Amino acid sequence: MSSEEKKYVAKDYKSSQLVRWCPGCGDYGVLNNLHKAMSELGVAPHNIAVISGIGCSSRLPYYMNTYGFHTIHGRGAAIATGVKVANPELSVWLSTGDGDCLAIGGNHFIHAVRRNVDINIILMNNKIYGLTKGQYSPTSDRGFVSKSSPFGTVEDPFRPAELTLGARGQFFARIIDTDVKNSPEIMVAAAKHKGTSVIEVILNCVIFNDGINEKIIARETRSDKTIFLRHGEKMIFGKDNNKGIILDGFELKVVTLGENGYTLDDVLVHDATTSDPTLHLKLALMDGLSLPAALGIIRDVTAPVYDLEMEAQIESVKKKRTERTLKEFLMSGDVWEVK
Amino acid sequence: MTEKIKIKELERVVIRFSGDSGDGMQLVGTMFSNLSAELGNEIITFPDFPAEIRAPHGTLSGVSGFQMQVGSKNVYTPGDKADVLVAMNPAALKVNAQYLKPDSVVIIDTDSFQTADLEKALFKTDDPFKELGLNSVQVVAAAITQMCKDSLEGLSDNKQALKSRNIFALGLVCWLFNRPLYIVEKLLTAKFKKKADILQANLLVLQAGFNYGHNIHASISSYRIETISHKKGFYTDINGNKATAYGLIAASEKAGLPLFLSSYPITPATDIMQELTIRKELGVKVIQAEDEIAGICMAIGASFAGNLAATSTSGPGLALKSEALGLAVMAEIPLVVIDVQRSGPSTGLPTKSEQTDLMQALYGRNGESPAVVISAISPTDCFDAAFWASKIALEHLTPVILLTDGYIANGSSAWQIPELEEYPEIKPPFVKPEQIEGWTPYQRNPENDVRYWAIPGTEGFAHRIGGLEKNSVTSAISTDPDNHQEMVILRQEKLDKIANYIPLQEVLGDEDADVLVVGWGGTFGHLYEAVQTIQNTGKKVAFAHFRFISPLPKNAEEILRKYKKVIVIEQNLGQFAGYLRAKIGGFNPYQFNRVKGQPFVVARLVEEISKIINNEL
Repeated sequence: MSSEEKKYVAKDYKSSQLVRWCPGCGDYGVLNNLHKAMSELGVAPHNIAVISGIGCSSRLPYYMNTYGFHTIHGRGAAIATGVKVANPELSVWLSTGDGDCLAIGGNHFIHAVRRNVDINIILMNNKIYGLTKGQYSPTSDRGFVSKSSPFGTVEDPFRPAELTLGARGQFFARIIDTDVKNSPEIMVAAAKHKGTSVIEVILNCVIFNDGINEKIIARETRSDKTIFLRHGEKMIFGKDNNKGIILDGFELKVVTLGENGYTLDDVLVHDATTSDPTLHLKLALMDGLSLPAALGIIRDVTAPVYDLEMEAQIESVKKKRTERTLKEFLMSGDVWEVK
Repeated sequence: MTEKIKIKELERVVIRFSGDSGDGMQLVGTMFSNLSAELGNEIITFPDFPAEIRAPHGTLSGVSGFQMQVGSKNVYTPGDKADVLVAMNPAALKVNAQYLKPDSVVIIDTDSFQTADLEKALFKTDDPFKELGLNSVQVVAAAITQMCKDSLEGLSDNKQALKSRNIFALGLVCWLFNRPLYIVEKLLTAKFKKKADILQANLLVLQAGFNYGHNIHASISSYRIETISHKKGFYTDINGNKATAYGLIAASEKAGLPLFLSSYPITPATDIMQELTIRKELGVKVIQAEDEIAGICMAIGASFAGNLAATSTSGPGLALKSEALGLAVMAEIPLVVIDVQRSGPSTGLPTKSEQTDLMQALYGRNGESPAVVISAISPTDCFDAAFWASKIALEHLTPVILLTDGYIANGSSAWQIPELEEYPEIKPPFVKPEQIEGWTPYQRNPENDVRYWAIPGTEGFAHRIGGLEKNSVTSAISTDPDNHQEMVILRQEKLDKIANYIPLQEVLGDEDADVLVVGWGGTFGHLYEAVQTIQNTGKKVAFAHFRFISPLPKNAEEILRKYKKVIVIEQNLGQFAGYLRAKIGGFNPYQFNRVKGQPFVVARLVEEISKIINNEL
């Protein structure tokens, strides 16, 4: 495979299609970061399949110079599962949004995660339905006013991390759409993780939900309102890098180093690889208010992978049974001969 | 043997085993049909079971039956009415009274015909036969439970004795039909090879049942069915669902593509999934999906990735799959969707059979969304039908809906193990390296309008497809009005051209008759038996039974227009008749429609067809 040895650059993954998202849409960032991540991974474009459902985020496959399948609303996770199980050699990605993935496609999403099929899910969460022009989504905050909730919603949202971990997800990361610096690295890690990887992208819809994440991710406040977690490193953050997260009883708590007797030794070290999801969930649910919102790879745990387990099972049965064709199998059963 | 033994020499005989759904009637029915097939008889079986796994003991709703017709030749149906009924309790007798011939033999277990048992079955007197008006049947009143206990005394507990009642009945039936026990012994040994004590108990009880028959032989008729050898070769007993599964495997071998199936459990289709998932040594990949929609979507994904992909379901599941079917139509990818039809609408009668999903298969999608629809006509034909469904899907890059039904899915008959060399090649239109220059995914072969298939992993052919309308030339997304009109017509023409690649419609019976009987799908056996019955009376009748429905075979119109009178017979309110009216201008056939969830009654069909022949309609 000479193509496997070829060095790829970001534009090798870029299709000739004109990108048709609204100017300023966060999807552009995701697309560019994905091109970059794929070039770093070095997988040949023809060995990649990008699957999507319906919605703004699901237009992404058209802008990739890979194999791509723009399918139907909510079903991308099931279709991606079929692609991967049918040919585990392929690098399979699912491009989806909060409506596509967590409303109409919620069932397929949790079951793909539960099975731990080796697909990479990029979940672009802008907390709104964009393509149908501004209805609240299953991740919209309680009370959110939209065209379909003129007096505010009276329901609580899903939190993608909670759903992922509740479905026994083994990889969960969170990035910001505009974070050119960290996003490719996280996407590469997601691709390298064996099993379902979920990357939640905190994404801005300039038309229907502009600035909804600003209170947390605005440049001037971001370092105090977010923490970028890295496996094996202390959980410290803040403009002056002097805040840390500690465990106080069963609760996470922010402390300032050097105050009230707290030192770096008291601060938690991030372990993304521990199989117990309790602390990962607590970290993922930090809301950017009293606790900083967690970015980076929150969970990255090795576990049995569905598509590989299925192949292994086929191989083990082949060792026990000698039939390799239908004829051989039929003749091995309850057969009588008419002479 | 004394001269008093009444032996009836019969060409064909109908036997019905019936009891509580936990009484093991399906098991002994299957064993008796297997042994008959092995002895060289033709068999058709019909398991008739309730939706409840274990309904309350002894009640009418819990009655499970297994009917079969055994004969030397011309066996096409499980038979209208039984020559022999085994009724393990009063409820079984009551439910099956309507299926008895006047002089039939009825075997009952007197131990379960006590007052309390009769009350459970809502009998008002202590003489159930009189109450049901069964005055001329020959009753074998055997204390089966007690005899099971006696023969297992000191060996097994009463619980095992109760479980063995069905095997005692089987032994008795074996005597009744002059069947040797060695085949049943072989089958039991295979079934209980890991449970020596249960095997021993069953073998003892089997012999006891046989001996009992021998000891009472003077009092009832016994039967001898002529056996003649059919075509030389190897045979096995197969039901429609298994045959469907094997047809898919055969197609995957023939096409050289891995087989992938993803389905959600649904009666009566689940066996297809189970039969495939156990065949891992043949490399079959099966996913039990989280729902019906995921079932078809995973298969669509697997097809996109280059597998022979299929999903199996029944009517309600097909309804859930319709949006995804539209995607397969639009994306033009190969896909086999098997609908084992059951009684509807909604949940309907889940374990009963009918032909009511034809319109759903043909038209149950948004947009102009043509899909291939074919049907299987008998349990063994499910193999060929699944093979053909796969062949058309793979060679024409289209979804194919294969309609079977609960009756042929669970019914079984002897099947000659096929030689795959005799089946046609399957050659998917994969892209060739020389096509790479200027290639786009919706370029077509003008001969059949089929696009070329580039599967992920093929260098130089990376492309995007999806549910949005595409430009007919560039394959880019297009909302151009004229292009859409062109593509809508193109997709229909592509389907119509498949008629050039399928067999012509056959006419059975008297081709030169005035009256043509038309059917489709799983009713073939009943219709053919009715046609032959009429022919045997010296009258002429022709018979066209359709396997290919959309598109119709090329000669369909010519055949349908040729006859003075045509009667379309189906288990719905006239879906195929309506389809034919729409396809063939001015065609207006007679109809006979029954939607009871039960197979046709041949005698009733004969009556109805005769009315047309005799100009009474």
